[in-house]
Amino acid sequence: MASAVSSLEKYVEEYDEIKATLPGQELDWLVQLRQQGLDQFSTQGFPTIRDEDWRYTNVTPLIKKSFQSVVAKTSTAVVPEQMHDYYVPDCWQVVIVDGHFSKLLSKLDGLPEEVVVMALSDALVNCPDKVKRYLGQAVENEDHGFIHYNTAWFSEGLFVWIPQQVKMKQPLQLVHVVTQENVATATRNLIVAEAGAEGVVIESYFGSQDQAYLTSSISEVFVAENAHLTLYKLQNEATKALHCSGIYSQQEKHSNFNYLDFSFGGLIARNELHVNVGFAAACDLNGLFVGRGRQHIDNHTSIEHIQPRGSSRELFKGILDGRARGVFQGCVKVFEDAQKIDSEMHNHNLLLSDNAEIDTKPQLIIYADDVKCAHGVTVGQLDDASIFYLQSRAVSEEDAKDMLTFAFANEMVEKIKVSGFKSYILALLLQRFPQGIIEQEWL
Amino acid sequence: MLSIKDLQVNIGDKSILKGISLNINPGEVHAIMGPNGSGKSTLSHVLAGKDGYTITGGSIEIEGQDLAEMAPEIRAREGLFLAFQYPVEIPGVSNIYLLKAALNAVRQHQGLSEVDALDFLTLVKEKIKLLGMDEKFLYRSVNQGFSGGEKKRNEILQMAIMEPKMCILDETDSGLDIDALQIVAAGVNSLRSENRSFLMITHYQRLLDYIVPDVVHVLADGRIVKTGGPELALELEQKGYGWIGQEE
Ligand SMILES: Nc1ncnc2c1ncn2[C@@H]1O[C@H](COP(=O)(O)OP(=O)(O)O)[C@@H](O)[C@H]1O
Ligand SMILES: [Mg+2]
Repeated sequence: MASAVSSLEKYVEEYDEIKATLPGQELDWLVQLRQQGLDQFSTQGFPTIRDEDWRYTNVTPLIKKSFQSVVAKTSTAVVPEQMHDYYVPDCWQVVIVDGHFSKLLSKLDGLPEEVVVMALSDALVNCPDKVKRYLGQAVENEDHGFIHYNTAWFSEGLFVWIPQQVKMKQPLQLVHVVTQENVATATRNLIVAEAGAEGVVIESYFGSQDQAYLTSSISEVFVAENAHLTLYKLQNEATKALHCSGIYSQQEKHSNFNYLDFSFGGLIARNELHVNVGFAAACDLNGLFVGRGRQHIDNHTSIEHIQPRGSSRELFKGILDGRARGVFQGCVKVFEDAQKIDSEMHNHNLLLSDNAEIDTKPQLIIYADDVKCAHGVTVGQLDDASIFYLQSRAVSEEDAKDMLTFAFANEMVEKIKVSGFKSYILALLLQRFPQGIIEQEWL
Repeated sequence: MLSIKDLQVNIGDKSILKGISLNINPGEVHAIMGPNGSGKSTLSHVLAGKDGYTITGGSIEIEGQDLAEMAPEIRAREGLFLAFQYPVEIPGVSNIYLLKAALNAVRQHQGLSEVDALDFLTLVKEKIKLLGMDEKFLYRSVNQGFSGGEKKRNEILQMAIMEPKMCILDETDSGLDIDALQIVAAGVNSLRSENRSFLMITHYQRLLDYIVPDVVHVLADGRIVKTGGPELALELEQKGYGWIGQEE
């Protein structure tokens, strides 16, 4: 307890040294917002297992390392050699390395003029009023140490604004890379699709080998009337990293929000997803988390239907090997006036070892009476009859297991509509569960 | 080819096979007939190497090699194939992928290189036509949502691709209508050759009209109670299984 306090103090003390270097110092509203974040963070700190929402996930031991804000460190300005491995083909790219936007590594040529895609630090200079309209809005009612921390500390982020009726021809990829040891990065993304707009955004998070560091990322997503936004997220952090992210999405009427999360890396990953579904709006939320060794992956999702006629679909699948531990907490809340809601939530888990563990907690809170809500959870192992069947077809036991595990995961890969990203995720999964010769059209 | 000597098998404490002896020479087709519960599928599973059975006595050999010592996949690579009575559905693994994985595993075992992609496709298309299946089955998950008859054809498709030397067909005829039965039988007959043997397990004589066996065995309560030529199958069809016990 004492050390937790002192580590909190270290974080807070550090803030005085770095705050002048954070973007937006000349904007009073932002300085104020950051100060509020700092004040709240100073009193409550990072969440601990005493918080009901965090009882399965203990970040305190990692936090105690007192990761130093990446902006306090002199940038190594080293371009990671494997940088090209991080790019998804046929996308525009915004690249953030160690908390700073890299213009050199980013690729934004050919963007339609009316679309605004830039680093958040640039947006705060070029269009501060636009940023002001959205920053903090989707997390206004959230009281959460990582959000407060992120609001005070964020050094960079992605700003996307798609104007009315504009359809983006290519996906946009955020490439977030951490190359340094024991640093903390805080990234704030704002993704806005105005009325009738359409776009696909891929958030991707990477780190170097086995380094320890903190990635705090908060994305505020605004999907206006009739807009159609797809957000993919890939978390492939370094093996000792702590990844704490939150997606907060606000949907207006008749809008569509599709979300697909792949969580593969990190020592501890906490993926939050909060969606506020508007009138007759639809969301489709999916996730695949794959853990091994001592990885801990916590998926915390909440869907709120405040308006009537909304629909929500949620499917999270987990694959856990070794001593890995997974968590799925899914809450669907239907408010009193939200009639005619159609909601389904599913979580299926595959445990590959006796020591792997999953805590799954689906929750429906329903105050309206005319709603259709379903949920289902399964926890299982590979089916012996299936393994034997494949063996009887000359496939080795190990290959059979990889084949079946891959098949379990592939349902989620199938949901990817961007072919370059699909191949990218497939390649990552095939590294993990080798399939010999496989051809994509067979899957 | 396949030599079974005094094979005794338990499931748990329960004795299921009570001393079975059987010798199948290369090129021969044998049939095992018997009432439900007599141990036919147990025999096929034990030969294929499924878990959950204890061999308490006797031996099984393929071409002089001890089968019981081999992992199921090694048996398959050595050329033993079981067309299951109840094929398993495997969501997410496409048929064509399994076919290629199976063929390559067999080829690798034989010291051959991986099959060329084009050759493979040509081969698969030829076999799938032979079995009167639609090509779209290739890209569907293994057996998932297949009708009973489609599953049985799919088993024979796998057999045709893997080209095993010892083929065991466990009630491949059940669930097939007469047209499908003829197609499957034609598929099996096209695979008959002087160095490939078959063990046809069936409850009814009907399949044996199309695939004429050299030897027919009658299995009852875990024992082979009678062995004869093709005429034995007809006799069983006419008289049922009741008379076998009475004769003893
Ligand atoms: N898993 C099992 N546990 C206990 N008994 C079994 C099991 N499987 C089969 N049996 C028994 O073994 C006997 C033979 O079954 P089986 O080989 O399936 O017969 P058949 O294929 O000839 O109909 C039956 O009495 C059946 O009830
Ligand atoms: Mg049977």
